[in-house]
Amino acid sequence: MTLYFLCFVLFCVGLYCILRKRNIIKIIMGLIIIEYAVNLFLILIGYRTQGRAPILAQDQEILNMVDPLPQALVLTTIVIGLAVTAVVVSIAIRIYEKYGTFDITKIRRLKG
Amino acid sequence: MMEMLPFFVVIPLGASFLAALLGRKIRNASDYTANLAALALLFFSLNSLGLVSAYKTIVYRLGGWMPGIGISLVLDGLSSFMLVTVNLISFLVTVYSISYMRRYTDKWKFHALFMLMLAGMNGMILSGDIFNLYVFLEMASISGYVLVAFGTEAQDLEASFKYAIMGALASIFILLGIALLYSYTSTLNMADISFALADRPRSIVVSFVCVLFLAGFGLKAALVPFHAWLADAHSCAPTPVSAMLSGVLIKVLGVYALMRIFFNVLGVSNSILGILMFLGAVSMLVGVLLAVAQWDFKRLLAYHSISQIGYVVLGIGLGTPLGILGGLFHLFNHSIFKSLLFLNSGAVEYSLGTRDLKEMGGLREKMPVTANTSLIASVSISGIPPFNGFWSKIIIIFACIQANHFGYALCAVAASILTLVSFMKVQKYAFMGKISEKWQKIKEVPLAMQLSMIILALICVAGGLMLIPPCRPFLQSAADALSAGNGYKEAVFAALR
Repeated sequence: MTLYFLCFVLFCVGLYCILRKRNIIKIIMGLIIIEYAVNLFLILIGYRTQGRAPILAQDQEILNMVDPLPQALVLTTIVIGLAVTAVVVSIAIRIYEKYGTFDITKIRRLKG
Repeated sequence: MMEMLPFFVVIPLGASFLAALLGRKIRNASDYTANLAALALLFFSLNSLGLVSAYKTIVYRLGGWMPGIGISLVLDGLSSFMLVTVNLISFLVTVYSISYMRRYTDKWKFHALFMLMLAGMNGMILSGDIFNLYVFLEMASISGYVLVAFGTEAQDLEASFKYAIMGALASIFILLGIALLYSYTSTLNMADISFALADRPRSIVVSFVCVLFLAGFGLKAALVPFHAWLADAHSCAPTPVSAMLSGVLIKVLGVYALMRIFFNVLGVSNSILGILMFLGAVSMLVGVLLAVAQWDFKRLLAYHSISQIGYVVLGIGLGTPLGILGGLFHLFNHSIFKSLLFLNSGAVEYSLGTRDLKEMGGLREKMPVTANTSLIASVSISGIPPFNGFWSKIIIIFACIQANHFGYALCAVAASILTLVSFMKVQKYAFMGKISEKWQKIKEVPLAMQLSMIILALICVAGGLMLIPPCRPFLQSAADALSAGNGYKEAVFAALR
């Protein structure tokens, strides 16, 4: 239960970063943190107490194993998260070239 | 017959790869690849209509694994309706971009990303597995973020950054919803989830998942409290991309996913329908009020997208068979006339180099095709009788009255009148009146651009015919698939046997 609570705290930290920070790089950091919180949550829901990896081998009987499916999902979401982060960071670099600042309150050419 | 389903994802993915590989070396190679792929997809999607009328539901097992363990692709009435809409628009937009994209360098990058986005959308429509749906959603969104920034001007980058952050946050909410749903039902297959939820009382977990999905997909669909990114992103993107984003992307990523998950998987309750109707009505009014004051041609159209998506969500949120039919019909019609309007604005920008309505005027003399097609699209979107927009709006309004929601019917009428006002403004300032000295030398746009605008205009004129019996199964089978609600799981299990 404590683990779930800490995971939720991590989620809130990420959300706070995205919503409140003015620096583009910090917003991207928030995005990475919130992604990791959800990944951690996926791992947690597949975990059993004292469970072991579900590897099938001869002359071994597995009694208590963790759910392998969320782990496979997390691998996929990590790759997707990498793609999103790469795109957002490259856009941030181009924004810095054009505007000369990372402050979102100064990047306001679109109105209406 | 079921071997056809993976082609909807494989063809655009292959075309994206080929466009990137050949386009760098050979001039125009990416044009041919993208157009051929889009034509093949259009052909396949029209073919899928025949399959649906013969077999109702078709399931393809990826890798031969039974669903539950493996991933499945499901084609039913709603999927084939969406496939036809998406692939029709994408074919006409690729034809248009042959000429239009000459203004940009590295055209092959555009085609590679465009096809990747198409693969994501087609995959999302066909997916029968909720996590697979999320993966395809991200594929379409990420290529969307990059395509918005394609011009790499200061505004484009700003809009793209805003869109990317909002979109990524929406995806996180959706993923969290999927994780909770998996922990509650121990399965990711949509039919299985529906089956597992059916014999349990409705718990607070499911309600929380509903809220997460509503926020996530609502942000992708730009419903009103979540609409801030749309006007920037859609007005800054290159025109073919705007037509694609406004025409189909927000519908597939937002509205389709909402419909499929709420109606067929989680099951709708009155409170969810109430929220959908309210959000739809608010989007309708706020979108159109914001649009009336705009002077930037593409920005005005982008705000109208918010308003028209409101109609679709209102129709579907009514939950009655007539309301669902009207909502789906309006979804199709909106993708036709809104892409046409964006292509018109692109044509004007191509010839004049500006999007400001105050600088235009009298373009009718010099650009007759653009002027006439945009007139047809404007009257369609405002709901003037013989054109397609009228029929879908009247069905939605009747459905509201039939369900005793007179307030919402009044909102729909008011939004329609305001739409007419703002398109009168476009017609007056852009196309009517006397042409200024500055624009004496402009010419009509190239043939490929004219061709796709004319085809879309013809569909606008003939759109009302979709309601008469020979063409009606196209809409009716989609509406039936939605109205069936929990019947989705029985249909899928029956098709598996």
